[in-house]
Amino acid sequence: MTHRTTCTDTGAGRTGTGAGQAGAGKPDAAVVRDALGVGIAVGLSGFAFGVTSAGSGLTVTQTCALSLLVFTGASQFALVGALAAGSGPFTAAAGAFFLGVRNAFYGLRLSQLLALSRALRPLAAQWVIDETTAVTLAQPSRRAARIGFTVTGACLYLLWNLTTLLGALGARALGDTGAWGLDAAGPAVFLALLAPMLKTAAERAVAALAVLLGLGLLPVLPAGVPVLAAASAAPAVLFLAGRRTRGAPTPAGGAGTADGTHGIPETTGSGAGEDDR
Amino acid sequence: MNTWIAIGVTFVGCYAVKLAGLLVPAGVLEKPLVKRLAALLPVALLAALTAQQTFADGRHLVLDARAAGLAAAAVALLLRAPFLLVVAAAVVVTAGVRALGG
Repeated sequence: MTHRTTCTDTGAGRTGTGAGQAGAGKPDAAVVRDALGVGIAVGLSGFAFGVTSAGSGLTVTQTCALSLLVFTGASQFALVGALAAGSGPFTAAAGAFFLGVRNAFYGLRLSQLLALSRALRPLAAQWVIDETTAVTLAQPSRRAARIGFTVTGACLYLLWNLTTLLGALGARALGDTGAWGLDAAGPAVFLALLAPMLKTAAERAVAALAVLLGLGLLPVLPAGVPVLAAASAAPAVLFLAGRRTRGAPTPAGGAGTADGTHGIPETTGSGAGEDDR
Repeated sequence: MNTWIAIGVTFVGCYAVKLAGLLVPAGVLEKPLVKRLAALLPVALLAALTAQQTFADGRHLVLDARAAGLAAAAVALLLRAPFLLVVAAAVVVTAGVRALGG
């Protein structure tokens, strides 16, 4: 969900295939350790989702169903936020869907790296998310990539769902989640995901324009629609930047600067971003 | 019921794009413009969602305790705090400002 993975997304093919051929030996235990570190750190944040979702008025069953079935954090937060704000089900789902589209691009990378059999792909697909991608892309060989993907995916899926349940039950016990400030968890999660993506001028311009559109259209469009309209900031800025630079590709991000420490995906990176460039 | 419809549609959509990435032959989505757009789309959505969930009350814009909470999260991010700490800072500050009558 972060820039790190976004970077990898743009430049990682090289690393992936090149490293795969090199077959550099990385002990399985080291891969497992990396994967567990990411899986546990991120898995625990399912608490925040469980609390937010239940606080937004979803039942415990609905909250758990989201984590089990959708299993991609930003989309889940977006959906419950939109529903709480009064969006219709399809408008709310559209916003969540567009946030999930990036996973298709992770899948492209992963399918080359992991070389999964056709039968395994529908199973593996559910685990194609930011964190598993970051860990997998950082591995030096196909064997390590497969171990990294499997361990991160399994650990994260298990913990994310467990902590979602605990968070949802906890929110019910708390009663008014607003009084506890828990309605601020959602935007804080989004900000934490967004911050590492704001590296280039284009990315900042997209974010600024999206904020203006999202807030400016709020009073005039039905609930949930302003977010979808704000998504148009991406093609708009891309179009303007393309006109200015005449097709010269803009670098996807500053070389590994401030990220690395915070949060969900960055921890995972363990150099995925830097190694690529 | 609406909630279940939303959950079902989101599940189908999100699973479909995950699977598509694994099944589609490389090259189909490899066009630079498509990749750039895919990288920028989450930026736009996350920025709009952050702003709305901080400043929106229904269809009105408000400035309340959540803004203080988000500012705390931003500070935590600048200090490179871990993810959970960033969220916790937002929650605690929002609750604190509310308790003080903010």
